[in-house]
Amino acid sequence: MTVTAVRELSFGQAINEAIRLEMRRDPTIVVMGEDIAGAGGRAHLGFVDAWGGPLRATRGLVSEFGPDRILDTPIAEMGFLGAGVGAAMSGLRPIVELMFVDLIGCCYDQIMNQAAKMHYMMGGQLDLPLVIRTAYGTRGGENRTYGGGAGAQHSQTLYAVLAHIPGLKVVVPSTAYNAKGLTISAIRDNGPVVILEHKFLGLSAKGAVPEEAYTLPIGRAEIVRRGHDVTLCGIGRMTHICTEAANALLSEGIDAEVVDVLTLSPLDEDTILESVSRTRRLVVVDEDTPVCSVARDIAARVADKGFDNLDAPIKTITAPDTPVPFSAVLEALYTPGPAQVVSAVHELFGTGA
Amino acid sequence: MPSKTTLSSANAAAGLSRSFPPREKLLWMYERLTLIREFEERLKWLVETGVPVGAVHYYTGQEACAVGVCAALEPADWIASTHRGHGHCIAKGVEVHRMMAEIYGKTTGSNRAKGGSMHVTDVRVGMLGVNPIVGMGVTHAVGAALSAKVRKTSQVAAAFFGEGATSIGAVHEAMNLAAVWKLPVVFICENNGYAQATPVEYAVSVTKISDRAAAYSMPGVTVDGQDAIAVWEAAVTAVERARRGEGPSLIECMTYRYYGHHQGDDPHRYRTREEEEAARERDCVRRFREQVLAQDLLRAEELDAIESANRKKIDEAVSFAEASPLPKPADLLTDVYVPAPQGERE
Repeated sequence: MTVTAVRELSFGQAINEAIRLEMRRDPTIVVMGEDIAGAGGRAHLGFVDAWGGPLRATRGLVSEFGPDRILDTPIAEMGFLGAGVGAAMSGLRPIVELMFVDLIGCCYDQIMNQAAKMHYMMGGQLDLPLVIRTAYGTRGGENRTYGGGAGAQHSQTLYAVLAHIPGLKVVVPSTAYNAKGLTISAIRDNGPVVILEHKFLGLSAKGAVPEEAYTLPIGRAEIVRRGHDVTLCGIGRMTHICTEAANALLSEGIDAEVVDVLTLSPLDEDTILESVSRTRRLVVVDEDTPVCSVARDIAARVADKGFDNLDAPIKTITAPDTPVPFSAVLEALYTPGPAQVVSAVHELFGTGA
Repeated sequence: MPSKTTLSSANAAAGLSRSFPPREKLLWMYERLTLIREFEERLKWLVETGVPVGAVHYYTGQEACAVGVCAALEPADWIASTHRGHGHCIAKGVEVHRMMAEIYGKTTGSNRAKGGSMHVTDVRVGMLGVNPIVGMGVTHAVGAALSAKVRKTSQVAAAFFGEGATSIGAVHEAMNLAAVWKLPVVFICENNGYAQATPVEYAVSVTKISDRAAAYSMPGVTVDGQDAIAVWEAAVTAVERARRGEGPSLIECMTYRYYGHHQGDDPHRYRTREEEEAARERDCVRRFREQVLAQDLLRAEELDAIESANRKKIDEAVSFAEASPLPKPADLLTDVYVPAPQGERE
């Protein structure tokens, strides 16, 4: 495709632009969620667009598309996700925002029993063009030494409980560029897609983004750095941690390849297996807790299908098997960082401390 | 705006100077009432003779609710249903041979054997799904109503649910959403007295579920759910209000399920035979027949002809289901993910 103009956008701005461009193209797209605009119904008092979602990804949309398509909801995750499912069954293409993935307990049935299964249990008679956007992750690693983060109920990385469900596509962008492309692909997809947006990236990541609408394939991982000694496989923000580790390892003469998983389900096994077949070593880095995690699923698949290509055991680096702590010091320890990745690579090569 | 008083007084007047639907509608109603009855009775017989159809929840006894409401709807309108959904499907126009084949687990079924009794769906006739997770269908009807509003069509959605579902949060969230967004949806609570084996008076904090409508600033009315004409009358009022853009309504239909919760449930472990007999005295099919004959609206011969045509239709549905093919092993893996649109696939 031809790209004519590229600017720097934040991760949140890139998602905003994706939604805006698609809404201009397709009048059946609506956005629903808590305070996606804010100040609902108070335009007559001069209050509009008071909030804009946790990553400000929906700010300004209500001014262009109006309150009939940018729908601030009551606090009713089960209700409005259900309305999203019903609307997707009957002619709309809803984008529903679940403010934080930690709130999934309030609406999980709509995602895992309703949205994910509709197409299958109805014998394929029905498409379900539903996008669920949700913010995830800790802010650990910001180098703060006092105070704390958002705590155990507002900091989780609960994507394994989504990737576990057949029928859901689960996407975790890592840059402003791929956030825009994957969001557009998700909106155009005729099935349910969940997009997990990392809070830390949403508020801090910036990158070059073309002005036009473009899509990136759901179900495709990307090799973001070529190397031949070890594959570092990252998800979302952890891809950046992998890249930082790869930079550190280079000074020791270890040339790491970095794979950005991007889609957790359906997982692009081929790209990961192909990378491992060249590097013969694998470290998977995942911000989720370890039990039944995507990290261990990737490790299991590579052990199953690529064992003969491995020269060393597969390493997984995850958060510890604990809730997310509040304290900034503990949160930084909780969140996987580049030092852990470097140390895992040392183990694979039998070097280091 | 039709208030609770207007609806109630309309019902109080029922039997004296009540309104009746036109003749064609009455014929359609009797055809659907008896088709549902025949379908369920035949299915029960099949189950009892050992046909392995999986879990089924008979609608027998409640037919007037589905038929009365669907008589007030247009083909383009939507309904969402519950686990006890066969009656809703038939009333909205799902073909009985495709339903029977689905319940038999055959590939010619409405859901190609991927759904069964608890998921029968036919979006072509506006039937958004039987849904056995209690209360969830209500939220989907609200979503369909939102779709109608955003797309500026005149469609209305009706949400069927039992009195048991009024205890689940999703239903209240859905009602509040519908009320604040003034959505064209009608909430139909079929109060059959039992959530599985739990009696309504134990589990529901109000004596009249329609009183809950006040919490969402919508009209609420309780009608005799064994009287298809009374249900139709209340539904017409609610549907008209919805189409005018004035928002949702709640109709509580007092009804009764003749059998247990599902095919394996013995209801005599939680209710008396006397109560069942009293309910059967109010049988909705017989009452409808008596009313239209007494008022000279339809003739006995045409009602008999409808019944025998329906028996034949169900005979054919069963033969069709029995003769239809079972799924192939490869069908296990189809239709898991909705395909991306053409041109987006790389």
